[in-house]
Amino acid sequence: MAYTEEELKKELETKEYEYGFYTDIESDTLPVGLNEDIVRAISKKKNEPEWMTEWRLEAYRAWTEMEEPEWANVKYKKPDFQAISYYSAPKKKPQYDSLDDVDPELLDTFKKLGISIDEQKKLAGVAVDVVMDSVSVATTFKKTLAEKGIIFCSISEAIQEHPELVKKYLGTVVPKKDNFYAALNSAVFSDGSFCYIPKGVRCPMELSTYFRINQAGTGQFERTLVVADESSYVSYLEGCTAPMRDENQLHAAVVELIALDGAEIKYSTVQNWFPGNKEGKGGVFNFVTKRGLCEKNSKISWTQVETGSAVTWKYPSCILKGDNSVGEFYSIAVTNNYQQADTGTKMIHLGKNTKSTIISKGISAGKSQNSYRGLVQVQGRAENARNFSQCDSLLMGNECGAHTFPYIETKNKTAQIEHEATTSKIGEDQIFYCNQRGIDTEKAIALIVNGFSKEVLNKLPMEFAVEAQKLLEISLEGSVG
Amino acid sequence: MLKIKNLHASVEDKEILKGINLEVKPGEVHAIMGPNGSGKSTLSSVIAGNEDFEVTEGTIEFLGENIDELAPEERAHKGIFLSFQYPVEIPGVTVTNFMKTAINETRRAQGLEDMPANEMLKKIREKSELLEIDRKFLSRSLNQGFSGGEKKRNEIFQMAMLEPKLAILDETDSGLDIDALKIVSDGVNRLKSKDNAVVVITHYQRLLEYIVPDYVHVLLNGRIVKSGTKELALELEEKGYDWIKQELAV
Ligand SMILES: Nc1ncnc2c1ncn2[C@@H]1O[C@H](COP(=O)(O)OP(=O)(O)OP(=O)(O)O)[C@@H](O)[C@H]1O
Ligand SMILES: [Mg+2]
Repeated sequence: MAYTEEELKKELETKEYEYGFYTDIESDTLPVGLNEDIVRAISKKKNEPEWMTEWRLEAYRAWTEMEEPEWANVKYKKPDFQAISYYSAPKKKPQYDSLDDVDPELLDTFKKLGISIDEQKKLAGVAVDVVMDSVSVATTFKKTLAEKGIIFCSISEAIQEHPELVKKYLGTVVPKKDNFYAALNSAVFSDGSFCYIPKGVRCPMELSTYFRINQAGTGQFERTLVVADESSYVSYLEGCTAPMRDENQLHAAVVELIALDGAEIKYSTVQNWFPGNKEGKGGVFNFVTKRGLCEKNSKISWTQVETGSAVTWKYPSCILKGDNSVGEFYSIAVTNNYQQADTGTKMIHLGKNTKSTIISKGISAGKSQNSYRGLVQVQGRAENARNFSQCDSLLMGNECGAHTFPYIETKNKTAQIEHEATTSKIGEDQIFYCNQRGIDTEKAIALIVNGFSKEVLNKLPMEFAVEAQKLLEISLEGSVG
Repeated sequence: MLKIKNLHASVEDKEILKGINLEVKPGEVHAIMGPNGSGKSTLSSVIAGNEDFEVTEGTIEFLGENIDELAPEERAHKGIFLSFQYPVEIPGVTVTNFMKTAINETRRAQGLEDMPANEMLKKIREKSELLEIDRKFLSRSLNQGFSGGEKKRNEIFQMAMLEPKLAILDETDSGLDIDALKIVSDGVNRLKSKDNAVVVITHYQRLLEYIVPDYVHVLLNGRIVKSGTKELALELEEKGYDWIKQELAV
């Protein structure tokens, strides 16, 4: 693949977290803590209609009754939810006509991230909706999209401009009370993205969002809602980086996808939250609920590359409700140093002839723990449901762990379920073989890891795949003794 | 080109090489023969810089420079190539991608730019034709599911791509069928010049009919105990190693 390896080398030389810088933009922050007044205040700050405020309050009340889940195979100090500020927005918040009007410091941040919007505009068909510290600051390509009737905007804007769509779909796939973090997110979500593709429309470009945690002590509660109407198609990219922080930062996002009859949604994520330093200090807690609903003949593909976070808890899932619908999950999860990841997917087969594929690649290095947890459930009505799961683990060194927890529940005898799992280690003989051909050990590891991850990398859009490949290499840097 | 003096090497405190002396000059072909376990592969690994083995005594010079302290990749960059007795599988990495990486890493170490894509493709085409390798083969994962003979042919393809100064072929003939042996040997011969050298490790005289050695050495229990011309290989084929052991005992 054509990535510039010089760049990569430079990045590898950087010992500290690549994007560990902090943007000093004035923020308007609510006091720490959480109660009904704070929820109301958030809703008010965002000028939300009454129904939305009520919706949040219901979620908040449900949340207060819930317990933080314990079952994931991860250990961490539970966040103090009363010590977090639940809202922070850049103070200067005009509507920009052009990039020239944007706060130069913000533009500078974009540059450091390598996503200068100017460049993005020129890049083949990528529209970027940038979420920076809770409020969307820039949205591009809206016009081209608008011509096709595609809506791509921040969720706050959607609540104002398209309340009927939001009201109809928000919380239908991930109910407010779904789980502890989803309830919290529903109560306090600050912003996120909304996307609607009308009937029969093929979205002409990859829709892309870059996330970034920026305010010290601020949790991020992104909310994403993607609705693909009948026979439409969209490919959505989500990527993020986070600045270096000494304290743990909580991230609890909710993503809901709805694929109506015959629609297809491809949702790709490259996740690179700050994982904590070599001693395991700092780093982001990433507790995400991602779920898609498939109606008849529709298809949802989740592809993700996870390299960041101190603790990750994430199971992008598909509810295959419609007959002949298809769910796919392709994942690469890398853990290094003291990172812990408990990721996987749930494929719920409700309709007839539904099909799901799970390809999970876990790479563990250092003292990290990497768990795959997957559920394949076939309901009674789901005649001829089929699933294929493959979970491969690659270990580097002797101090890390890889765990696989496949759960299978079938209530229909016609179901065909296949599960394959492998665990391998990077062998010294492989490294020596590469060395002998002139490839140094660091590069050899990168090559072997890329080979291991290839089936998943291939599912990503090209420019994302290149970025993901770099990320894999950066995150495994220094993991061989 | 290669000068090995009194080389001793051990693994886990067990001495395997017990004082090897060997000199290979540009343009020469040397054959090393010897019973199983005598240390042939160990010698090639040590020349290539495998850190599993500890060099306890002696030195290796390559192109007039002591390379004892060089990492395996640095030795490779200087032009040492080893065709492995047991090539290793690397899942998901295609032969083409592997070669591209190897060539560009070597060029970089020499201060050169990456090889332009069209040049790379041309080279791949040329060398795969030389070794009669189906191009589809090159998009498969390196050595994964390759037959024994395919692995060996692929090693020589890599050699052809990397154009080393010194190539050590560790039992490249084992696993090759009669036709393949001829193709591979022809390939090696065509790559041969007065500036490079080849060391072939083999158990069989047959390979040496194709790749004709200037010298034949017998490695026994970690030492080169006899050297001669290609006739020595014939003699070994006929009589085995016992007579040499007996000679030594006298
Ligand atoms: N990594 C290792 N650990 C322990 N012993 C080893 C190791 N590598 C080689 N040896 C031992 O060193 C000796 C020489 O092995 P080597 O592979 O060099 O033999 P060889 O001459 O190449 O044999 P063959 O003709 O069977 O290929 C053998 O006794 C072998 O068991
Ligand atoms: Mg051997």
